[in-house]
Amino acid sequence: MSYLEFLSTYGELLAGGTLMTLAQFVLAALVAVAAAIVSGLMRLAPFKLVRGIATVYIELFRGTSLLVQLYWVFFALPLFGVSLHKFAAGFLTVGLCFGAYGAELVRGAVVSVPKGQWEAALALNMSPARRMWRIILPQALVIMLPPWGNLMVEILKGTALVALISVTDLMFEARQINSATYLSAQAFGTALIVYYIFARFMVTPMMRWLERIMARRIGRA
Amino acid sequence: MLQWKWDFAFSILPRLIEATGKTVLAAGGGFAVALVLGLVLALAQRTRFRPLTMVTRELVEFVRSTPLLLQVFFVYYVGPQIGLLLSPWTAGLIAIGLHYAAYLSEVYRGGIESVPKGQWEAAKAINLSAPKTYRRIILPQALPPALAGVGNYLVGILKDTPMLSVIGVAELMHTANAIGAENYRYLEPFTIVGLIFLALSLPTAWLFRRFDTVVRRKLGLIK
Repeated sequence: MSYLEFLSTYGELLAGGTLMTLAQFVLAALVAVAAAIVSGLMRLAPFKLVRGIATVYIELFRGTSLLVQLYWVFFALPLFGVSLHKFAAGFLTVGLCFGAYGAELVRGAVVSVPKGQWEAALALNMSPARRMWRIILPQALVIMLPPWGNLMVEILKGTALVALISVTDLMFEARQINSATYLSAQAFGTALIVYYIFARFMVTPMMRWLERIMARRIGRA
Repeated sequence: MLQWKWDFAFSILPRLIEATGKTVLAAGGGFAVALVLGLVLALAQRTRFRPLTMVTRELVEFVRSTPLLLQVFFVYYVGPQIGLLLSPWTAGLIAIGLHYAAYLSEVYRGGIESVPKGQWEAAKAINLSAPKTYRRIILPQALPPALAGVGNYLVGILKDTPMLSVIGVAELMHTANAIGAENYRYLEPFTIVGLIFLALSLPTAWLFRRFDTVVRRKLGLIK
């Protein structure tokens, strides 16, 4: 079977899987950003208990494997009475896992905003929430965006694991085609190329664009 | 509702501990491959032979931006089709080694680039050959600062070994899955596996941080 024939036969399946991967990626990225900001700021809270909760979350997700977490959420969590559909279990777990990595980026960036900015906001009598939202976070965002670019690619790669809890993403479809036809090179090769195109020509340029926009908005371009 | 069975948990513990040994072995093997291959990839990008530099650069980018799980499948299934019959262990170590070699090559590259230019010039001035310059002058200065990054990836490899379970490497995750399927109980095996990973990765990360501080202090980079 030539490669073109392969594509015309299985292209539709692979395209469907690609859409699923895309959906998982976008949702997981949103969860990761939200979890990272919340837990990253919690790590800086003045209360020991709040800091402790964030630390436990971060160490728990960073210290274990994403695959273990996925299986745990999918197979063991229902025993606690929380049954998630595999689609939700997939992006939530991937998002929470990489959110824990992102939390350190958020914390590091907030801490590295120059002290004068904190003092100036204090001098203007801003409330802590307002100071964080209007003064510190926008500047922290510019500092942390470059490493977030790498993390986004990691999230995209992480979504491939949801295939193992049978979410029908690109990885899943490639595996199905492989076991039905043994056209391994074509099936896995095509999937590899699709992931590569996503990461290299969509996710990375988009993050670069965001970096430029944000840098310009706070007048550093 | 939830019932955690301690006697079941204890009864499966020996099997899981045995499998932990295999996980550590897989991580160690993969790490060894990655350490060496990573250096090769880093040095290949510094040659003056443009095609080699460009191909290596693209290869590193490609490996870094595609999922390890997919690479594991690719190596395991495509290998035999081009005449390379690979056992799950060999295929797994190749895949994970190559994947992390791509990451480590970036760490090495950063380390090599951070060596001051004067060191290169001085090596040239005393007429050292290129291999000797690397071996005696550049790498000893480039590698220690890269240590923290290397340590992170060792922990990363450890946490990625469960992906080898999909091609039948009998490490922790594979064993936990088998236990779960035999007994229709997944809670205990998966929870214990999670705890074992915590017990392995947190101390490793801590140890590397300590080690890194010691090395930096020895080199006079920090006080």
